[in-house]
Amino acid sequence: MSLILTPNIESPDTFYERLTDAQRDMTDAEAAAMNTRLVLILANQIGRLDLLSEAIDLARA
Amino acid sequence: MLATYDFPEFAYVPSPEQVTGQAVRHPVVVVGAGPIGLTAALDFAARGLRVVVLDDNNTVSVGSRAVCYAKRPLEIWDRLGVARPMLDKGIEWKLGRVFMRDQQVYTFDLLPEDGHKIPAFINLQQYYLEEYMVDACTANPLIDLRWKHKVVSLKRHDDHVALAVETPDGIFEMQADWLIACDGANSDIRRMVGAAFTGQFFQDRFLIADIVMKADFPTERWFWFDPDFHRGQSALLHKQSDDVWRLDFQLGWDADPEEEKKPENIIPRVRAMLGEEVEFELEWASVYQFACRRVDRFRHGRVLFAGDAAHQVSPFGARGANTGVQDIDNLGWKLAAVIRGDAPEALLDTYHDERAFAADDNLLNSTRSTDFITPKNGASRTYRDAVLHLSRTCEFARPLVNSGRLSTPTPYVASPLNTPDADTWQGRMTPGTCAADAPIAEDGRPGWLLDRLGEGFTLLVLGLDPAPVEAGAFTPLQLVEGRDFTDAQGLVAERYDRGQGAVYLIRPDQHVAARWRRFDPDAIRAAIARATTGDAA
Repeated sequence: MSLILTPNIESPDTFYERLTDAQRDMTDAEAAAMNTRLVLILANQIGRLDLLSEAIDLARA
Repeated sequence: MLATYDFPEFAYVPSPEQVTGQAVRHPVVVVGAGPIGLTAALDFAARGLRVVVLDDNNTVSVGSRAVCYAKRPLEIWDRLGVARPMLDKGIEWKLGRVFMRDQQVYTFDLLPEDGHKIPAFINLQQYYLEEYMVDACTANPLIDLRWKHKVVSLKRHDDHVALAVETPDGIFEMQADWLIACDGANSDIRRMVGAAFTGQFFQDRFLIADIVMKADFPTERWFWFDPDFHRGQSALLHKQSDDVWRLDFQLGWDADPEEEKKPENIIPRVRAMLGEEVEFELEWASVYQFACRRVDRFRHGRVLFAGDAAHQVSPFGARGANTGVQDIDNLGWKLAAVIRGDAPEALLDTYHDERAFAADDNLLNSTRSTDFITPKNGASRTYRDAVLHLSRTCEFARPLVNSGRLSTPTPYVASPLNTPDADTWQGRMTPGTCAADAPIAEDGRPGWLLDRLGEGFTLLVLGLDPAPVEAGAFTPLQLVEGRDFTDAQGLVAERYDRGQGAVYLIRPDQHVAARWRRFDPDAIRAAIARATTGDAA
């Protein structure tokens, strides 16, 4: 399996709203810290190094 | 001057060739009588070589410096007969704890299994370690230790190196067939040879302080990120012998080393760490910064680099001296074989292949730890802090916490000396790997497998019938289960995947060269040839 690049998020608008709402009252630094923790939590959920590497490359491009 | 230790002063003795004015050609000259140079002298002498060791000073390490000694170097020193006083004097430990603020976030056990002669780690001040090795060198008729001898220049020839050596009596010339540079991270020899030494500098400073105190903290490695007593930085607490404790405080790049070294500035930091009521004496302190660098080639003709002269790492992970001792373990038998004419000079190029590979592994681990402890930019720091933040409540984040991954031997998985496996195997003992110890019994008495390996090559024969294997100077000692020892606890079978039968070819430095499921003398001879030339037959 490689990285899923077709729509896979259940209820995209709701997810996006949760994400932005969570940071609405945060400073940029607080939001950056939260995003970083979120990356780590999601990375652990994925687990596989090949997928994570592919995601890092995709995000950096 | 330390409260707990008197530094020995070794006598300067003029070199005979300086007195006579007749240059003498020595087979092996080692430069530097630190832990690596002294190990080199003992290893080479154990292999029958005469060794001259030159050191520009006349005492042991000033300050405790390298403190943590790992299992593998201790096994090497045990092979060389000097481990006993180190183990007796040192403090055994195997557990590390990592704290974020005042909360434990991570623990590691460095030797989770029993059945090894040598412990995972001991802590011992470097001056004790050097003193024990100096004693052993002095007692060895093949070793000529020369204090107050400083190499001031060298000239390389095809078949030897000419050295100009300065002593209190002036400068004289010495010649060496082989020169082993163990003269540390600021190696003069490396500069004289013009070898490149490149890598990464880290913009951070650390204060290390040894204090004497009676305290009942356990003998574990305690590491703090952002502790309440030293906010925004890291700190380390570790026990040594004689109730001496090593403290390490990260200071940041802007700290003034001279100011930080003053007792009036150190003492408040120690009080904040240990509490106002703890009584202690400050014994020694130093402020350091560090780099992760490696020499371009470990062999430059007749000059071979080992230890910090060949590679410099950050202190996180205790990978400096521990790696250097393994350089010598690798070099000793090869150099002896080349000097005796039993192996081609090209065998020494595999010293670079194998130990540069190990150095790169150490540098990688050391750089990763350093990047975690000293993040290089805001984004790295944000990740580091996020890991630490999460690790307080989330187990998944704890393996990302990196306060130093402690030194373990690097298997030479890509070495040209290995014969690749042709049979099916489980477990860790792949060719290029350092042989695991295990308890055995001989005539009903308990013993250890590593103690029974030979000075040269060894065939470890498990569950198979041996046959003679003739390989000239490299004819192996055969260590046969059932005939020479019994696998009293079944741990040899487990660690070496004995199955229905196994034969391991183990090198003089106790690394696996090849293994088979059948005893085939031709295959064994071919593997020995390969392991002693670097060429696949």
